[in-house]
Amino acid sequence: MGFREVGLSESEYKRIQELLGREPNDLELELIGVMWSEHCSYKSTRPLLRTFPSKGKYVLQGQGENAGVVDMGEGWGFAFKVESHNHPSAVAPFQGAATGVGGIIRDIIAMGARPSVSMDGLFFGDASLRKTQNLAKGIVEGIGSYGNSVGVPVVGGKTFYSPCYNDNPLVNAFSAGFVRLDKMASSQTAKPGDYAVLLGSKTGRDGIAGASFASRELDEDARASKPQIQIGDPFEEKLLIECCMDLLDKNLIASMQDMGAAGILSSSSEIAHKSGCGINIQVEKIPLREADMQPWEIFLSESQERMLLIVEEEKLAPVFDMAKHYGLDCAIVGEMTDTRRYRVYKNGALEADLPTSILGDTPEIHWPSEEPRDLPERQALDLSTLKCGDAGEELLAMLSCPNGRRKNAIWEQYDSMVQLHTIAGPGEPAAIVEVPQTERACVLTMEAEPYKCWTDPYTGAAEAMALSLRGIWLTGADALGMTNCLNFASPEFPEKFYELKECLRGLADTCRALDCPVVSGNVSLYNETANDRIYPTPLVVTAGLAVERDKTVRAGKTEPGDLLYLVGPKEGSLGATRYQEAKNGRPLGKTVAPDCEAEKKFRDAALATAHGQLAKSGRVVAGGGLATTLANEAIASGTGMKLALAPETSLEALLFSEGGPRAVYSVAPENAAAFEKTWESLGCAKIGEAGGDSFEWQGIMNLPLAKLTAAFTGEN
Amino acid sequence: MKTAVVVFPGSNCDRDVQRAVSETLKTSVEMVWHEETKFASEPDLVILPGGFSYGDYLRSGAMAARSPIIAAVKEHAAAGKLLLGICNGFQVLTETKLLPGALLTNTTTTFICKRSYIRVEQTDNFFTYGLKKGEVVQYPIAHHEGLYFLPPAELEELEKAGRVVFRYADPNTGEAGAQYAPNGSLNGIAGICNEKGNILGLMPHPERATVSHLNGGTDGAAFWLSIARGFAERSAC
Repeated sequence: MGFREVGLSESEYKRIQELLGREPNDLELELIGVMWSEHCSYKSTRPLLRTFPSKGKYVLQGQGENAGVVDMGEGWGFAFKVESHNHPSAVAPFQGAATGVGGIIRDIIAMGARPSVSMDGLFFGDASLRKTQNLAKGIVEGIGSYGNSVGVPVVGGKTFYSPCYNDNPLVNAFSAGFVRLDKMASSQTAKPGDYAVLLGSKTGRDGIAGASFASRELDEDARASKPQIQIGDPFEEKLLIECCMDLLDKNLIASMQDMGAAGILSSSSEIAHKSGCGINIQVEKIPLREADMQPWEIFLSESQERMLLIVEEEKLAPVFDMAKHYGLDCAIVGEMTDTRRYRVYKNGALEADLPTSILGDTPEIHWPSEEPRDLPERQALDLSTLKCGDAGEELLAMLSCPNGRRKNAIWEQYDSMVQLHTIAGPGEPAAIVEVPQTERACVLTMEAEPYKCWTDPYTGAAEAMALSLRGIWLTGADALGMTNCLNFASPEFPEKFYELKECLRGLADTCRALDCPVVSGNVSLYNETANDRIYPTPLVVTAGLAVERDKTVRAGKTEPGDLLYLVGPKEGSLGATRYQEAKNGRPLGKTVAPDCEAEKKFRDAALATAHGQLAKSGRVVAGGGLATTLANEAIASGTGMKLALAPETSLEALLFSEGGPRAVYSVAPENAAAFEKTWESLGCAKIGEAGGDSFEWQGIMNLPLAKLTAAFTGEN
Repeated sequence: MKTAVVVFPGSNCDRDVQRAVSETLKTSVEMVWHEETKFASEPDLVILPGGFSYGDYLRSGAMAARSPIIAAVKEHAAAGKLLLGICNGFQVLTETKLLPGALLTNTTTTFICKRSYIRVEQTDNFFTYGLKKGEVVQYPIAHHEGLYFLPPAELEELEKAGRVVFRYADPNTGEAGAQYAPNGSLNGIAGICNEKGNILGLMPHPERATVSHLNGGTDGAAFWLSIARGFAERSAC
C-alpha cells in the first residue's frame, strides 16, 4: 500500500518515517492517513482557529473537547456544538442528514449532558430546481426522522437558498444539552488500568473512510461514494442516550468519547492521547456485524450509535448490567496503559504499534493566500440598478421569495416541543428554552451571511457574528459563548484560502471585541464540485443566558396602540443584501463593518430594555432590511401598522438596506419616555403606531395586512 | 389519584407527562419500565406516553402492544380503572385492541408538529367529565401516523355510541370535522374512548399545553384537572 492511497503527501510520509524510525506497516499507514486527513486533523485551519478567543467568564470547557460547555448558573452547564454533514447529505440526503443529527447528539452525551435542543443550518440550491427540491425533501425528512425519534426538539434553525449550493447543499447540525456541573464528563480523564468498553451498535462496513470522503471535493459520480455513507438507527441512539445518562448519574464512567469520524480509531487514540495514556486494543473483541472484516476496516468504520466508555475495573459489572437493561451491546475491547503507545492486537499478535502522539499531534498545512482577483468586481455595486419601483410590490416580493417566506413547511416536520422546555421555537428570531428547574432561560441564535462573505469575507463574517449577538442581547440575555461551522471550498486555491482566512479573522475580531468566546466548532472544506463552489459560509450559533426568563423580549407580541420605534442607525448598506441580490442576480457590493462601540451601546440598551420590561416586542433588523423586518413583525403579531419615516439617502436604502446595530421595538405609550431615554446614546426614532388591518407607510405604501400574510405564508 | 407512566424503550414524552401531571395535580408519578409485569403502586390512572416505542420500525405501537407490561395494563383496564394513551400511547391502545381502529400515515405523508384545535365532543366518560361539551381546546400534535381509521360500519357504530371524545375543529367557528384534521383523520377524529369510558386514546398532546410559559399553550392543564375530577366524582357513584 502506498502513502498516496491513504491521502498522505510525500513530505508527510517522510515525516512519518522520521517519527517512527521505521516504515509503517499497512495498518499503521491506514490509521495515520485517516488521523492526518483534513476532516480529523483540521490541518489547514488549526493555525487560524488558534486565533479565536476561547476564554470568558462563563466558559467551563472550551475548544478541544467533544463540545464546549458554558455556565448557566445554579449548578447547570450547557454543552453545545455545531457540525457539518455536507458531503453525505449531498450523496444520500435522508441518511446523510439523519446521521448528522445522530453524530452531534453523541458529542453532547460525551460531555455528560442530556441532549435537549437541536437546530439546523440548511443551505440549499436554487429553490425552483427539481434537484434542490428532492435534496431538500430528503434532508428535511432525514433530520425529522432521526430527531423526532430520539426526542430532541428542534427549536430553531436557518434555511438559505442560493444557486451556489446546487451541487453541494450544506447540512449543519447543532445540538446542545444541559448538564449538572458535578456530572460533567470528559475525554481526558482515562487512567492506566481502566478498561475501554464499546457501547451500542456493532461495527459494520458502513461508513468506512467517511473522514477521507469529507476531505476532498465531491466526485463527478458521487454514487461511487455510497459505501462511505452511514445508516442511522435513532432507536438505538435513544437507548444509548438513556443508558449513558443513567451511567453518568451513577458515576460509572471514568471518561467517554463519541465515535464519529474515523470511528474506533479516532475515539480511542484521542482519549489515550488527551489523557496522557496509551491503549492496547484487542481487535477480535470488537462486536462485528460481518465476520470477515479486516482490522483496518474495523478501525475506520463509522458505524453509528456507538460510544467509547472508559471504565474502572470495579465498575465493569454495573456498566454491563445497565447495558443489558437497555438492550445494548457492550464489550471490553482493550485497556488503558502507561506506555503512551497505541497498540492493536489481533489474537495476541501485535498488528500496529504507534506513539499516541503521532495520531494526536497531527501536522499543519499553511496554504498560500491571495486576494481574489475579482474581489474589486464583487464589491463594485452600481446603485442605479437598485431603483425601487412600486414599494409595496417590492416588499411583497421580498416576503414571498424563497429566502423571505415562512419556512414552516420545513420546521413543522420537526418535533419542536418534546421535552417540555421550549419557550420560543422555530419561526421565531431567537430560540428560548428553560434552564431545567430554574427561572432561567437559554437563548440561541443561528446566523450566516453567505452573500456578504462572498463580496467581503472579513466584514461579512463579522456582520454574521454581530447579528447573532444582537439577537441574544435583544432577547435580554448575556452572550456566553459561540460555536461555529465553517463551510468553505478547497483551501488549496490561494484565493479560496484568502476567503477562509479573512472570514475567520472577521469572526475572531468581532468575538474578541464583543466578549463572546468561541467554545467549539467544526470546519468543512472542499465544498465544491467540478462545476460549482459554495460562497464562503461560516455559520455561527451563539448561546445566551437570561437570568429571568419572564423578562425576555420576543418578536410577534405587538399590540394595537403600541408605539413603534427604530433604534440604531436609520439605514445600513445595500451591498450584498437580499434585495440587491434579487435585483442583480448575484451578490455585489460591500456591507457595513460592525462598529463595536455602537454594538456595545446596542447591547447595553437592549439589556436595559428587557430587564426594565420597557418593550412588548422587539426584532433585530436582519435579512431583507427594515421594511421586511417590520412586515414580519406585523404578520407575526396579526396587527397592522401606520408608519412614517422618510428616506435619508434613497427609498431602497430606507426599506431594504441591511447591517448595523438596528432593531424595531413596539412599546406601550406609558413606557415611551423611559424607552427613549434608554436608547438615547445610540439613537432611536419613533416611526409609527400599531393597529388597524393594513401596513401603511406614509407616502410609500399601503397594503392590506392579509396580503402581506398571504405573501409570507403562501396561503390565501 | 395515583398515576403511573409506562416507559417503553423509545418513549420520549414519558417525562413530559410525568411533569405535566405532577405539577398540575401536585402528586408524584410512578415510572414503570416496560419489562415489569406489574405496577408497584396499584395506580388509579395508567398513562401510555408518546414517542417511538421500540423505534416503531414494524408498525407504530405494534411491538409495545406485545411487551411484558401490557398484561398488567389490560388487567388494570379490565378492573375499570383509568387508562390513557397519548399519541404513540393511542397507537399502542389500538394495537392491543383495547380501543378499535388503527392510526395510519398522515395524508401529508410527513410528520406534523404544530398546535391543533380539537372540540370536546362528549363528557360522559372519566376523562373529559370536567370539560365543557362543545368547547374547542388547543393541544399540540406531533405525529407521523395520526389518521384515525375504522371500517365504515364500525365507524358509524362508534359515532352512534358517542365514543368520539375529541374531533379536530376550526378554532374560530367551532365547526368540527375531517376538513380540519391536519392528518386526514376520518370524521376528524382526534380521540376516542371505550364503552365504559375508562380508556381514552388521543393523538394531540395535552401535556404540551400544560406549562404556562412554554410555547404549547395552556389548555391542557384543565384536562388533567378534569381527569382528577372524573376520577373523584364518578368513582364515588
